[in-house]
Amino acid sequence: MGSEMPKGRTQADPEDRFAMGKLRTALIFGAIAILGAIALAVIALHQGESISAVWIVVAALCVYAIAYRFYARYLAGKVMGLNAKRPTPAVRHNDGLDYVPTPRNVLFGHHFAAIAGAGPLVGPVLAAQMGYLPGVLWILVGAVLAGAVQDMMVLFMSTRRDGRSLGDMVRTEMGPIPGIIAQVGVLMIMVIILAVLALVVVKALAESPWGTFTVAATIPIAIFMGLYTRYLRPGRVGEVSLIGVVLLILAIIGGGHIAADPFWGPAFTLSGTTLAIAMMAYGFVASVIPVWLLLAPRDYLSTFLKIGAILGLAVGILIVRPHIQMPAITPFIDGSGPVFSGALFPFLFITIACGAVSGFHALISSGTTPKLLENENQIPLIGYGAMLCESFVAIMALIAATVLDPAVYFAMNSPVAVIGDNAVSAAAAVAQWGFHITPAELEQLARDVGEHSILSRAGGAPTLAVGMAHILSNVIGGKAMMAFWYHFAILFEALFILTTVDAGTRVCRFMIQDLLGVAVPKMRETKSWTANVLATALTVGLWGYFLYTGVVDPLGGINSLWPLFGIANQMLAAVALILGTVVLFKMKRERFAWATAVPAVWLLICTLTAGFQKLLHPDVKIGFLAHARKYQDALTAGDLLAPAKTAGDMHRIIINDYVNSALTAGFLFVVLTMVVYGVRACLKARRINHPTVVEQPAAHELTLEDEAMDIARA
Amino acid sequence: MPRPSLQAKEPADNADLLCVCRDALVRWGKDARRTASLMVGQPDYEVYVAHAEATHPDQPPLDRTAFFRLHEARRFGAGGAFRCC
Repeated sequence: MGSEMPKGRTQADPEDRFAMGKLRTALIFGAIAILGAIALAVIALHQGESISAVWIVVAALCVYAIAYRFYARYLAGKVMGLNAKRPTPAVRHNDGLDYVPTPRNVLFGHHFAAIAGAGPLVGPVLAAQMGYLPGVLWILVGAVLAGAVQDMMVLFMSTRRDGRSLGDMVRTEMGPIPGIIAQVGVLMIMVIILAVLALVVVKALAESPWGTFTVAATIPIAIFMGLYTRYLRPGRVGEVSLIGVVLLILAIIGGGHIAADPFWGPAFTLSGTTLAIAMMAYGFVASVIPVWLLLAPRDYLSTFLKIGAILGLAVGILIVRPHIQMPAITPFIDGSGPVFSGALFPFLFITIACGAVSGFHALISSGTTPKLLENENQIPLIGYGAMLCESFVAIMALIAATVLDPAVYFAMNSPVAVIGDNAVSAAAAVAQWGFHITPAELEQLARDVGEHSILSRAGGAPTLAVGMAHILSNVIGGKAMMAFWYHFAILFEALFILTTVDAGTRVCRFMIQDLLGVAVPKMRETKSWTANVLATALTVGLWGYFLYTGVVDPLGGINSLWPLFGIANQMLAAVALILGTVVLFKMKRERFAWATAVPAVWLLICTLTAGFQKLLHPDVKIGFLAHARKYQDALTAGDLLAPAKTAGDMHRIIINDYVNSALTAGFLFVVLTMVVYGVRACLKARRINHPTVVEQPAAHELTLEDEAMDIARA
Repeated sequence: MPRPSLQAKEPADNADLLCVCRDALVRWGKDARRTASLMVGQPDYEVYVAHAEATHPDQPPLDRTAFFRLHEARRFGAGGAFRCC
């Protein structure tokens, strides 16, 4: 990415060469700026006819190139003051195991694979209900000014602190109380993300025997791979992954026959609630058994499939150059949309979380990556560059959703309560919004992708899969292969979401054991079977609860859970950016602190507004408390409201609303306390006239203490 | 890489080019493999062995299998990497 200083091959004296290089940079980036401006103008000003998706790709690439060349360099030089001579943790503690200086291209791939997940694929698809323009603009502006800045800043801070985690850094730079609050906040966010991701999978697999079979087939395939790497050929990840991928493709092909089978077809046709319970049982088992048996081999499959599918989608978009069918802006920016409720501000900015700015990246950037960094001057490439790639994944997901006929998009993403349960009622409902399709066309599309029905398949994954099938079948196979590509896309999303759910359940389990260990020291023993099972059951119970309420929700669940996830994720990003601002103040670089403070303030405005609206908005579709009140009133009057069939159901719905309200209030509390502590830390640092930051010393030689640590480590 | 001789400039140049291409391909292949294994939490074994031999020549390094299992356990252990979005 970006451009190096051009290397002149002439024998001219250095000053001349420097001037020439400068001129060349100006010419190249001037041209990129003009091209980008033209592409953006086409996207923004085009009326009427559909435009080619290539314009969006060109605009995105130009914005990224300029941001990387100028803003990332400004952040590196002026704001952070990166020092190539300062040894990184990988150099200082090089032990060949955890701390290893790694070539930048290799590390870039590792970091990108760690941050790229389901988030940037789902959020933009949901946000497409407001048209492509708001989504594209927020993905670009958010990534360049907030998301990439956050990733880069956290990587920088962690690198200067021996690769410490985000929670550790909050504790040392802001104090012990914010440290604990941040830790609890991370745990709450984790539970919500596991629930919402599991819900995406349930929504994609419900009533779909083909999809359910292929995803279920990954379990025996992964177990076979696990046994293979354990006993037959230990450590041969490459060959076992290849075998696994071949088996997966066979499973996709076999799934079509299974779905058509009179006995197995119905056997694999499961309802949402059955799938939810199966998911919980599976999540529990998968995170308790040894990792080599199921978790690790599935991780290989999902990682390689993910990278392959992302590259395939990029190539597909460039070859097919599809036209965008969705209008630039739809009337649903007023908040009346069927996919998620709430107006453009603030809900667009929390619906597209990953891809624009994601707090979770702060956990990755302060995890393994800083321990592998060769040199501080690679922080812009790894921190800023990888986030730009992630943002591009979000752009591609948005393209895949908007190349579909808008009528299909809305039929797929609107809840049954709005469009009814058959093609005729769905076609009539979307016609009222001004999008026209015949019931026969909807049924034909379902047959093309090998499903009984494509109506009300909320959650983003099926829509993305239809979009990807549309693009990829134009490259390979045509209409005949559409069903294969659809199920390939579903499988790849389900696979890496399930891997995230299992791995996340384990991480949560360790966090809960750590927290409970404060009261009962015995809980901390990670080898103890009782502690292990107890903490895992607690974790699965927590996310399982939200998953189950989401599945039985008449509005589809995504409607209330995705905003909660978005709020949580953006709040974590705000916490990371607040920490970044505090650190800049403590480094006495406060005149540059706007670089992190401005995105932090914007995220605070969005998440606090969204949080308070979710709590207190009078519209029952948005406000949890208003919804609870409506059901409470009906209950007092002796009425039953759908989907409740008994008074007990009514009570459960009311309790769910209160749980969601309490969670939202919890997030608001976390972020508000972090703001208070952050501002106090900044003001304190301002009064002191020397840097007070807690970094590793810049000394090029190892201190005695470091050497003692190295010896102890060995 | 052999330097091109003055007598047979053209063929030597070609050989040179081939050499450069082959070296680049080998390097890319190695980098790609290293990237792919690091993506699933497995660092480079050769780098580890070189490091172990340079710093602790008295101790035998872990063998390939032990190295693999150690990193497999670490990736999903306490404080393991969590991936999302």
